[in-house]
Amino acid sequence: MCLAVPGRVLDIEERDGTRMANVDFGGVVKEVCLEYLPDLQVGEYAIVHVGFALQRLDEESALKTLELFAELGMLQEEFGDAWEMAAAEKAGVADGDGVEEVHQP
Amino acid sequence: MKYIDEFQNPELARRLLDDIHATVTRPWALMEVCGGQTHSIIRHGIDQLLPEQVELIHGPGCPVCVTPLEVIDKALEIASRPEVIFCSFGDMLRVPGTGRDLFQVRGEGGDVRVVYSPLDALKIARQNPDREVVFFGIGFETTAPPNAMTVHQARSQGIRNFSMLVSHVRVPPAIEAIMASPDCRVQGFLAAGHVCSVMGTREYPELAERFRVPIVVTGFEPLDILEGVRRTVRQLERGEHTVDNAYARAVRPEGNPAARAMLEDVFEVTDRAWRGIGVIPASGWRLSAKYRDHDAEHRFSVDGIRTVEPAECRSGEVLQGLLKPHECEAFGTLCTPRTPLGATMVSSEGACAAYYLYRRLELPTTVAAVAGREVTPVV
Ligand code: SF4
Repeated sequence: MCLAVPGRVLDIEERDGTRMANVDFGGVVKEVCLEYLPDLQVGEYAIVHVGFALQRLDEESALKTLELFAELGMLQEEFGDAWEMAAAEKAGVADGDGVEEVHQP
Repeated sequence: MKYIDEFQNPELARRLLDDIHATVTRPWALMEVCGGQTHSIIRHGIDQLLPEQVELIHGPGCPVCVTPLEVIDKALEIASRPEVIFCSFGDMLRVPGTGRDLFQVRGEGGDVRVVYSPLDALKIARQNPDREVVFFGIGFETTAPPNAMTVHQARSQGIRNFSMLVSHVRVPPAIEAIMASPDCRVQGFLAAGHVCSVMGTREYPELAERFRVPIVVTGFEPLDILEGVRRTVRQLERGEHTVDNAYARAVRPEGNPAARAMLEDVFEVTDRAWRGIGVIPASGWRLSAKYRDHDAEHRFSVDGIRTVEPAECRSGEVLQGLLKPHECEAFGTLCTPRTPLGATMVSSEGACAAYYLYRRLELPTTVAAVAGREVTPVV
């Protein structure tokens, strides 16, 4: 949860007086608030944490980090179904190890 | 050197490692503050690629792990109320409170929902004006600004049925507490990169100077960590103790000024208990008086909760770098991700979970067999 994931801005619009964007995290698209990086533009990459863009990042670093997080199961953790994961963990199915289940999108 | 081929750039990794090997002349103990770094280190076997003299000690940087039991119990109590929709990040679901967790509360009929962003919880509040929507606001300086913005928006948009149970923690006071402890062995810090993306590096020079300890801002990728170690060891060997930024692509010295300003508006610094560690002065944030209407602790009286830590769990020592997870007697026997005793076994960033996932060889054999996965030799 403390990890922030890099993503690419797809489009930007004003919603409820807030600057929001659709951001692509290697295939998963989420709504992200740009209030803390107000001059971020379409096509740029940023480090995003719990739906907020926090710092710009260059494309190369962003793609490398995404790859690593996918490999570590961190993307699954961030975007997967938390109830399913919790249930699986409890049942001992995954035994806490989401690594093998994650595919690079 | 088993794992080095798996690095994204094995050639560069090799060069960094060679440099570290060539530089080290004496034993050094470095602490990586962030739980994400711990996972990257264990997963890639970085600690085993380093010279024997360089020891990596795992720090307290997992927000889920350090959230005090009392706060978890308050969350469980609030989440059980029929009028409440309780929203949380997914990784809090299985963190054990006294006797149960949020997962069980939902099983018992509580309306617990997982959100990706605190703004999602605000949206739920807008859509359900007749319910009380409570968001569980935990985390370090990376998570605090999004939560701060959400409370700010709730107030400015007049969303009265939204409140937050806040238990935020700050890294610099934790570093201070670790260094001030008489048992402290830490000689250098790999500071958490994403915390610094928000806060910048301004809080560190004073700490580096006072404790004569190098602090190197470090990212999460294996090469980032090797570079962080390399720079820290260099300083130590030369008798230096400065703040250095090895994660410049994501960290500017001033951090994110807009986020810092919002933090100052919405929160105020407070003493905070860390699970298993105890109270660290000025180590947390709570909502400032201006936002009291959105403070879940004010809205729901949740005092008088009796919390009991499981006696076997030694996560406090693990979080302070005094004990390695597998040295805990309950590790892999009484305590597994399926039957966690402490949050450090539940959280995806917890040190006990990292050892359990990636260090199967060090588990008692029966547990390794139950886990049923191929075990990678670690030497
Ligand atoms: S292995 Fe389990 S019981 Fe031991 S310190 Fe870690 S979480 Fe606590």
